[in-house]
Amino acid sequence: MADLSVKIDKLKLKNPVMTASGTFGYGLEFQDFVPLDQIGGIIVKGTTLKAREGNDYPRMCETAMGMLNCVGLQNKGVDYFVENIYPQVKEIDTNIIVNVSGNSPDTYAETAEKLNQLDHIPAIELNISCPNVKEGGMAFGVTCAGAAEVVKEVRKRYHKTLIVKLSPNVTDIASIARACEDEGADAVSLINTLMGMAIDIEKRQPKLSIRTGGLSGPAVKPVAVRMVYDVAKAVKIPVIGLGGISTAEDAIEFLMAGATAIQIGTANFVDPQVTIKVRDGINKWLDKHSCKSVNEIIGCLR
Amino acid sequence: MNKKYILDLKVVAVEQLNEKNVLLKLSQDAPLPEMLPGQFVEVRVDGSTSTYLRRPISVNFVDKERNELWLMVATIGDGTRKLGQLKVGDTLNCVLPLGNTFTMPTSKEDNILLIGGGVGVAPLLYFGKQIKDFGANVTFLLGARTATDLLELEEFRKYGEVYCTTEDGSEGEKGFVTNHSVLQKGNFTQISTCGPKPMMVAVAKYAHAARIRCEASLENLMACGVGACLCCVEKTTEGNKCACTEGPVFDINRLLW
Repeated sequence: MADLSVKIDKLKLKNPVMTASGTFGYGLEFQDFVPLDQIGGIIVKGTTLKAREGNDYPRMCETAMGMLNCVGLQNKGVDYFVENIYPQVKEIDTNIIVNVSGNSPDTYAETAEKLNQLDHIPAIELNISCPNVKEGGMAFGVTCAGAAEVVKEVRKRYHKTLIVKLSPNVTDIASIARACEDEGADAVSLINTLMGMAIDIEKRQPKLSIRTGGLSGPAVKPVAVRMVYDVAKAVKIPVIGLGGISTAEDAIEFLMAGATAIQIGTANFVDPQVTIKVRDGINKWLDKHSCKSVNEIIGCLR
Repeated sequence: MNKKYILDLKVVAVEQLNEKNVLLKLSQDAPLPEMLPGQFVEVRVDGSTSTYLRRPISVNFVDKERNELWLMVATIGDGTRKLGQLKVGDTLNCVLPLGNTFTMPTSKEDNILLIGGGVGVAPLLYFGKQIKDFGANVTFLLGARTATDLLELEEFRKYGEVYCTTEDGSEGEKGFVTNHSVLQKGNFTQISTCGPKPMMVAVAKYAHAARIRCEASLENLMACGVGACLCCVEKTTEGNKCACTEGPVFDINRLLW
């Protein structure tokens, strides 16, 4: 049994496997399937200052080895999380991390500040990369200045581990990662979904209600691995890799590309137990290759 | 909500119902978990190179004596076509049971009408059996484009009277379910419906006008099936609600139809 533990800033993870925001609910939705305390970290769904209804149906369509979604950050707001969800998840013995979204640097910061007060939420993940909301979201994540502005404002009011989730819908993701690092981000996670579109040719109309959406699933994995590799070379802070991971081998690719931890997203829909299987698979691989710790393979590319 | 399981079930029978629809009968050595009428199963599609997600399929029937779960599959795309090719002895990975349930009668005097269209008839069979077992009266009104699209009629007849409509008049009354003469005759206390949305909207309109309690089982596009992805939402009087966890069965008074 290899040592699977990793560190992201002050966060100690039992293993490098986390769940991606918006694909694992609050964890509770999966408790019949997996022991939640055996997952390295659970990133709960995107939370905003005020409740959001999200976009109209249809919000998803399947594509070759993946899916498009345009959920649009439906959530009941941070106060609802604090009052109703937090009491249900705070005793789970893992890192419960809240994904935070906003439409101005100030709303991001105000939401972050409310979460800063929760003892059992050791980190937040700033979503500056949601492709499915009109204002804010990805708008901040596609320029260095925009990313820096949000991180700077949140950093003033949030004092625990701050992860920034990056958009792949940019020319140079490494420069945006550096901008976040310069403003005090403790880690970056990537990639969020890739902007995409699908058309119903009989109806001659887009398959999604707002026409475009974010692509996820195995189809995006090679793009994600490349971006993780580029960002890991560009920053000193830890990188969390995600995008199409559904097996231990996929996860190991990201670790070798330089990710300290990984997130599993869309694959949770196909196999609700995938997190634990990936963890066990990483362990098996490490044993087989006589590695004593997962840290030996992080960024180990020859 | 009942506990959810991930099970590898064995295909014990495959019946081709017509050109497009296949009935899969599944079982395992251990007793199957309790499943209630209206609930559904997310099945994994193995060996499909173009699809990735599970397919949500409603519980067509549970044969407790034979320990069988029946799923009706309409082979439409690559994923469901792959399911349609399953053979006896193959394994099907299922997440179940998911979603809420149809409303069971509370009195033996209840007179319940189940209206189905196309493959949407599937969940009504198990519900019909449960109503009959309870001791209330059940009537089926099943619609399709043409006679060969009417599915499992012999099965439905075991539990109640069956009336049909076809769009071309090849079986039963010609036209749509909402025009069928049985609606005028029966003194129904509840309608439960499942089928294409335009049909269910028409049924809901009829039920509103006739002041009959009515519920509809939605077939919204879905990814996770457990309330995590928020893709399958339906607009309700209380905002967007997941069809997978708040539904699939909704009282029509909650819907904005």
